[in-house]
Amino acid sequence: MTHWLIVPIILPAILAPFIVLAARYHIGIQRVFSLVGVSAQIVLGLALMWQASDGTVMIYQLGDWAAPFGIILVGDRLSTMMVLLTAVLALLVMLYTIGSRWDERGRHFHALFQFQLMGIMGAFLTGDIFNLFVFFEVLLIASYGLMIHGGGNARLRAGTQYVLFNLVGSTLFLFALGAIYAETGTLNMADLALRVQMVSPDATVGIRLAAVLLLLVFAIKAAIVPLHVWLPSSYAEAPGPVAALFAIMTKVGAYAIIRVYTLIFPPDHGPTAGMHDYWLMVAALATVALGMIGVLAAKKLDRMVAFAVIGSMGMVMLAVSLFTPQGIAAALYYMVHSTLAAASLFLIVDMVKDSRANLRLQATWPVAGAVPTAALFFMAAIAMAGLPPLSGFLGKLLILDASFGNGSVVWIWSFVLIGSLISVVAFGRAGSTLFWKARSIPMPEDVDAGPAPSTLSYVAVGGLLALLIAHTVFAGPVTAYTTSIAEQLFAPNAYITNVLETPGKLSTPADGGDH
Amino acid sequence: MMLSLELLVASAIGILTAGGIYLLLRLRTFPVIMGVSLLTYAVNIFLFSSGRLTVGAPPILNDSATLYADPLPQALVLTAIVISFGMTAVIVMMALGSYLGNNTDLVNDPLVDDDDDTGVENAGDVTPQEGRP
Repeated sequence: MTHWLIVPIILPAILAPFIVLAARYHIGIQRVFSLVGVSAQIVLGLALMWQASDGTVMIYQLGDWAAPFGIILVGDRLSTMMVLLTAVLALLVMLYTIGSRWDERGRHFHALFQFQLMGIMGAFLTGDIFNLFVFFEVLLIASYGLMIHGGGNARLRAGTQYVLFNLVGSTLFLFALGAIYAETGTLNMADLALRVQMVSPDATVGIRLAAVLLLLVFAIKAAIVPLHVWLPSSYAEAPGPVAALFAIMTKVGAYAIIRVYTLIFPPDHGPTAGMHDYWLMVAALATVALGMIGVLAAKKLDRMVAFAVIGSMGMVMLAVSLFTPQGIAAALYYMVHSTLAAASLFLIVDMVKDSRANLRLQATWPVAGAVPTAALFFMAAIAMAGLPPLSGFLGKLLILDASFGNGSVVWIWSFVLIGSLISVVAFGRAGSTLFWKARSIPMPEDVDAGPAPSTLSYVAVGGLLALLIAHTVFAGPVTAYTTSIAEQLFAPNAYITNVLETPGKLSTPADGGDH
Repeated sequence: MMLSLELLVASAIGILTAGGIYLLLRLRTFPVIMGVSLLTYAVNIFLFSSGRLTVGAPPILNDSATLYADPLPQALVLTAIVISFGMTAVIVMMALGSYLGNNTDLVNDPLVDDDDDTGVENAGDVTPQEGRP
């Protein structure tokens, strides 16, 4: 057993206290350690993904205790891909933070950033559902600090709202876990997968309740209507780079839904049948509609992007709710795309914000560095709205293609297509108001637009957009890989046997499996 | 007539949850934080009872044991208590900061006037009378 699987969690856990304790007054040292940390995460992510790419399910037993007694980390194709995506996003966001000097506007940005990464990586890698709750809390408490970084009344208010909503979500998560434990007597995901099947068909009330509660919790994280209400204010008020990092947080919810509802409550599991294809799909359609209408209705640029995130999560969940290998593969392709596109849009919003009085969609004089910023906005908007030639278009095409054969195909097509049209209109209007119309308004004498965003900021956003282009150009290999992920998810036996039948040094699954 | 342990614990969870949800819906930070705390108490008891309620049984399972208390939920509750304690401390500080800065303790978004072209959100304009519960 190698220890590599736990390093993405341990590394930030060591770096963060070091940054707080040893480097708290030296922003330069903090930046160096942060950058080294996230770069190392990328290398780790690549190595783990390469290891998992042949279908191996890596496991790491903490304290050498065999499952289901000990906590276990699992690295399969899906989780290692998410680890790599998080690491890449984190590096580019970190570059932007340094370029825009956001980390100097408050304290402990880098430490909180590392704790945030620790929570996200842990949530992707853990194979224990209570441990998933713990990592959710780690990423949440770090996000509370990041969300109000830099202070300000509007931000504090939005932060309070965000924290309260998530506290209620955490409580709901605990209720779900209690119900699951009461029904099955285990919290290990692989063990749960077996035990949920054993629940007597006459007494499924508890387990159905648990399944629905869990779905609600993950839906809060993934911002699915009607549980999306926390997202617009918090993402709009959060500092730009933090909002960009938060682009991966909604995907943690989507990841958890994919994991739990393919492994523990598979779509063909009798007692919970109908939950995903009926309720989840309806909610996803509503999310697409509300997100796109929100994009059109928003009066401020930051809120518009926040609603675009909701819309794209709706698109992801729509593909997930098909619960076919093809649907999941499309969802994963779109998930990568939407993370990168949302992050780049939030960073562009932050570039615009600095030289304008407010972010209302009204023409004022041109912002500093308007030409390159406008070019980046143009590309990111094309990606987000799903116009050809970028990956948003391909992603939507994959989702539409996957929906053939589903009973609701007409609904899916009409929501996706009309939604896309609305968002094209909205983004077109916003871009032309902010960047084109602005050119006809002369700069007042007494106003200084401030310095243009730094080169490093442009490098960060350019990097995200370059990744989007790569995601489009290499769409063939990427979809082949996401298809192999989906196949692995729908054949969970390798996962289950590998987790449950690997003996630990201190215990073997055989000597007391019936606990 | 004897009250069973199960009835007592179940109604405690129910009453705490009901009270918590009522307070959550007040939409002012202090009652909402109280409501979240009540919900945490409820969920702690719920987790505790998820290992079944037993009285006077040892938390150790061996071959001769006929009755034992499940020790795992107690560990889960401990984790949940620590986390909720930390989270409550964070939210109290943030809510206080938000109240002092914005002069209102409403949890929901401020209403933004559509015709207000100045672009300044009038979050701070709420008079103290309106802002207080």
